[in-house]
Amino acid sequence: MGLFDRLKQGLSRTTQTLVSRFGDLVRRADDAADGALDTDTAESLEEMLIAADVGVAASRVVVDAVRHGGAGGLRDRVKRELLRMFEVAAAAHPPVTGPSPRVVLVVGVNGVGKTTTLGKLAATLKASGHAPMVCAADTFRAAAVEQLEIWAHRAGVEIVRAAHGADPASVVFDAITSGRAKGCDPILVDTAGRLHTRVNLMHELEKMRRVAGRAMAGAPHEVLLVLDATVGQNGLVQAREFLGVAGVTGIVLTKLDGTAKGGIAVAIAHDLKLPIRYVGIGEGIDDLIPFDPAAYVDALFEAA
Amino acid sequence: MFDALSTRLQSVFASLRREGRLTPELVETALKEIRLALLEADVNVKVVKAFIDRVRDRALDEEVLKSLSPSQHVVKAVRDELLALFGETKGGLVPGNRSPRVVLMLGLQGSGKTTTSGKLGAWLAKQGKHPLLVSTDVRRPAAIAQLAVLGEKASLPVFDPAGNLDPVSRAAGALVEARSKGFDTLIVDTAGRLHIDDELMKELAAIKAAVQPSDLLYVADSMTGQDAVRSAGEFHGQIGVTGVVLTKLDGDARGGAALSVVSVVGVPIAFVGSGERMEDIELFHPDRIVSRLLGMGDVLSLIEKAEQVIDQDDAADLEDKLRRNAFTLEDFAKQLKMVKRLGPLENILGMIPGMGQMKDAAAQKPDEKQLGRVEAIISSMTAQERRNHTLINGSRRKRIASGSGTSVEDVNRLLKQFVEMQRVMRMMGQGGLPAMARGGMKMPPMSAGGAGLPGRKRKKGGPWGLIKSR
Ligand SMILES: Nc1nc2c(ncn2[C@@H]2O[C@H](COP(=O)(O)OP(=O)(O)OP(=O)(O)O)[C@@H](O)[C@H]2O)c(=O)[nH]1
Ligand SMILES: [Mg+2]
Repeated sequence: MGLFDRLKQGLSRTTQTLVSRFGDLVRRADDAADGALDTDTAESLEEMLIAADVGVAASRVVVDAVRHGGAGGLRDRVKRELLRMFEVAAAAHPPVTGPSPRVVLVVGVNGVGKTTTLGKLAATLKASGHAPMVCAADTFRAAAVEQLEIWAHRAGVEIVRAAHGADPASVVFDAITSGRAKGCDPILVDTAGRLHTRVNLMHELEKMRRVAGRAMAGAPHEVLLVLDATVGQNGLVQAREFLGVAGVTGIVLTKLDGTAKGGIAVAIAHDLKLPIRYVGIGEGIDDLIPFDPAAYVDALFEAA
Repeated sequence: MFDALSTRLQSVFASLRREGRLTPELVETALKEIRLALLEADVNVKVVKAFIDRVRDRALDEEVLKSLSPSQHVVKAVRDELLALFGETKGGLVPGNRSPRVVLMLGLQGSGKTTTSGKLGAWLAKQGKHPLLVSTDVRRPAAIAQLAVLGEKASLPVFDPAGNLDPVSRAAGALVEARSKGFDTLIVDTAGRLHIDDELMKELAAIKAAVQPSDLLYVADSMTGQDAVRSAGEFHGQIGVTGVVLTKLDGDARGGAALSVVSVVGVPIAFVGSGERMEDIELFHPDRIVSRLLGMGDVLSLIEKAEQVIDQDDAADLEDKLRRNAFTLEDFAKQLKMVKRLGPLENILGMIPGMGQMKDAAAQKPDEKQLGRVEAIISSMTAQERRNHTLINGSRRKRIASGSGTSVEDVNRLLKQFVEMQRVMRMMGQGGLPAMARGGMKMPPMSAGGAGLPGRKRKKGGPWGLIKSR
């Protein structure tokens, strides 16, 4: 199954309701001679986007971009506008290639899927010929290290761990040192879930960054913020805070196999120019796929 | 959590109040703002729609339009309808004393079931109960270990038949254990699952059938968005839910999705979780949240009071300075005077929207004595110093301290707070709500005046001129 199909399958249930409503909208708009939206249609489109958690502000941007007509039908215009937002964000944060090992920090609030994503990511990278190492820097949550250990075992990759309660920054330092010695690349760091409002914990993240940089110049090279697709408007706040403190370079959108649409990613792409890197579509080891904006937008609006 | 929402609503009402006469156009403007506020707080779109329609019907009633205080009627309509959304439910477990009482935790992945299981156990133990915990999560790596660790931490017994990886028989075994050993409560943790995962929903139904729980707690993340109504509804429809546990409330999510679950799915919120420690669980009191959300009565009276004591020219002047980023210690002192005229600080703090976020800083709540000290320090400065605080070097600090009968540390602290406040004000001047929320949290003890900075000339800016609508 191609990536596109898998994503579509993941999104299929969510799209059904969306699609029928969108179908009606499109028909209404495309019936109008100039393709311009009447107030009702514009409002319905806005509501539809809001229902997908895109948020009022970003939804308005989309609606305003398409309401006065333009080339193509409404469906194409909406898709084009969303794609444009994703493109701008992607251009702002091209993937890092040069350094070896590449150090990747995985961050986010509690329970979004950081550890699972890390396990899946390690497996994917291993499968494509890399020698990833995972670093268990969640020394806080009960059994978090054990959880990552099981994933490392499943993925068949190296793991660096420390005792429960150890200083997470020093585990990161150890992992980078040992990863370099062993020729591992990339080094994927699992961090404890933390609410962006917890000042101390955010400082801890800052420290991890600093210490990583001391172990290897330029590290961390990427910082992935994991967002749960069910998240509402708070997702934007999270992204803003983690961007400020941890220098997030990309988003992983998890749990897209549910019925939530993860529309906040649109707002984040628009507001913060942060691209989505991967999407999680299940709890299995191969349920992580690179984000394909066209597929995402297509799957979202594909007619059933 | 609902602070942002209440701030928005309050600003709407304040502008309604100012216009005096209510016109249908005005009502529409207000409704638009209310709609926006609710949507940004993640209240479900459909709920918002119904809500707005109901308020509109009531507000546009002939009698209301003709009445003397039409805006009060709108306020009342909004309040009543919000209360209706919340229902009049009480938090906690369902009444009854079957022993053992079985509590089944359910919900989506990552919502906080395992942590909540531990917390609930600790909470019950504190009430003198004897809970037994069991994990049936054989799917997520180390989930069983996680509950075991939590149990150990909270000194709670955890039933863990090693090697048994069948969720239903683990639960059933725990019930037998609870009965034979005389535990009065059994808390069954389950694996997170999607409401559309038929296989896992069947497993959940089987667990339920095996243990016959009296309490089925749906654990929901307070950061969740529009889909919450749907997932909670599915769990309720397929398995049955007796209460919602709203987790991660220590964050700054507005929690409107919770409102929606209560109203759409029709189950009350039983507990709220507000931290990662075992003791971070509380009973949910809808009335408390509603009055905080609505805080309107208080705010309206505060506004009235403020209008009486605050010199309008001063207010405009201050606002102008804010905008030009020229807020000085002199203005700070002026502001403090205004605040003092408003009455005991404790009361005022409670009335100011956004101050609810200062929970962390509650220990350092400003007291009258502190205010007096600040005033003394500022009045010991020269006019020049007051206008340009960067002049105040070490020797000047010493002089000011001895002049005001305080210590150099006091002076330092004040200056630091003032600089921080300038920064906060700058953000407020530009950024509107999020800036205010962030600033509110970091605000220094004496900055109560900051939130109270008047500036009622700005249209739609709310009575305090700080509430910017986006
Ligand atoms: N359905 C689905 N579940 C997922 C996905 N990604 C993660 N999960 C599940 O979400 C739950 C939480 O995942 P974790 O990886 O433990 O989340 P975390 O962010 O590391 O959590 P903390 O470290 O406790 O903050 C687990 O039950 C995962 O199996 C996904 O893409 N789809
Ligand atoms: Mg984790």
